[in-house]
Amino acid sequence: MALEIMEGSIAVAQAVRRCRPQVVSAYPITPQTHIVEALAEIVANGELAADYITVESEFSALSACVGAVAAGSRAYSATTSQGLALMFEVCFNMAGMRLPIVMTIANRALGAPLSIWNDQQDSISLRDAGWLQFYAEDNQEAVDLHYIGYKVAEDHRVLLPTMVCFDGFILSHTYEPVNMLTQEEADAFLPPFVPKYRLDAASPVSMGMYATPEYYLEFRYETDQAQKRAIEVLREVGREFGERFGRDYSALVESYRMEDAETAIVAMGSICGTTKDAIDEMRAEGKKVGLVRLRCFRPFPSEDLKAALAGASRVAVLDKNIVLGAGGSTPRGAVALEVRDALYGSTTPVLDYVIGLGGRDVRIEDIKKVVALSEAGDGDRFYGLRTEVL
Amino acid sequence: MALNVGCAAPPGRSTDNKTGSWRVFMPRFDSEACSKCGMCQLICPEGCIRQTDAKEFVPDYDYCKGCGLCAEECPKAAITMVQEEK
Repeated sequence: MALEIMEGSIAVAQAVRRCRPQVVSAYPITPQTHIVEALAEIVANGELAADYITVESEFSALSACVGAVAAGSRAYSATTSQGLALMFEVCFNMAGMRLPIVMTIANRALGAPLSIWNDQQDSISLRDAGWLQFYAEDNQEAVDLHYIGYKVAEDHRVLLPTMVCFDGFILSHTYEPVNMLTQEEADAFLPPFVPKYRLDAASPVSMGMYATPEYYLEFRYETDQAQKRAIEVLREVGREFGERFGRDYSALVESYRMEDAETAIVAMGSICGTTKDAIDEMRAEGKKVGLVRLRCFRPFPSEDLKAALAGASRVAVLDKNIVLGAGGSTPRGAVALEVRDALYGSTTPVLDYVIGLGGRDVRIEDIKKVVALSEAGDGDRFYGLRTEVL
Repeated sequence: MALNVGCAAPPGRSTDNKTGSWRVFMPRFDSEACSKCGMCQLICPEGCIRQTDAKEFVPDYDYCKGCGLCAEECPKAAITMVQEEK
């Protein structure tokens, strides 16, 4: 394995190539464009034996993938923001039909107002669609989660589509050193897709048929059970990846300097890199601060999170999304809602900070200020709200 | 019917969906008043009314959704919709 310096989007495209999808269908949208551009070139150069289906919209892009996976192929797509919003209906259908795929989300804010910059509102808004959702802290993790994503998604205990989310621009357009698996290594880890059912004229089936009231609830139960089984499958596959390649992904939450931490920050995505640097500085100043990073938002690892936060006196959640209208008189993000649910019955205060929306930079100083606010009990608020423009 | 993953169904499985469960009112057929014109069989959108060897028209209550079209169209008013006790 060689360490190469490359742009996040290119690294993802190269990892996808090594996952050998037989069908790629996507529609370009900032900041995802470089991924699908690179894949188009890879396919055109004959470096990946895939059908690259160009379509007129994201709705068609994912619909083409539904057909491809139903026919027994491994498929790939990528999108973000408004593009993901346009896939809404297909996302629910794909999960309900239990068709596995990996789709990269280069996280971006949702309009209106139009914003091409990063937050995590897009994938968070597909929270209930039945997809697995992984969030990468850096490009190495984004790359590795594609191999892991296919293996978990295609496991017959799971059979659910998967979003690998990485922050638009912050990761997608940043050059970082990345360890890229060789094709042989990727093939040994990720065998070809074996569908549970597939469209075959010799043995016809219909997929996603309608369910009467006697059966619909049971199908929803089954999909929820598959999500819950994915927790163990993810641990298993993450461990295998670690044994093979030295980077272990068996933990669904990562604890960083949580030993004796009084203030625990909970976050996901690239903001965690900044948070770790802030924690290092605060630790040097004697502050007992740690981070619990969520690698996986769906399924939500409630028990792991609860265990990781067991010793903390307070929890500060960084939400790069907002659940508009939630939280009574205070704002609330989706991560904090989950954290509170996981800690229900505990006396540990959970303070939420809606932060970094629409590409607003979050720097080390900001993380330190959040920690100071949480120590003062001042939470469940927007961070950095510019009241002078209101 | 056992559930298949993702609701994948081989041909013919739609007959497993007993749409009769949707019914609120059920048609009751009076074979004495019936003139055997067959209008009910023709008009039934579910195609679930058949004629027996004894030439009587009978609905298949497994699939009859209780729409009431047969009762509405019967020229002899030989079909009445009655609320069903379940």
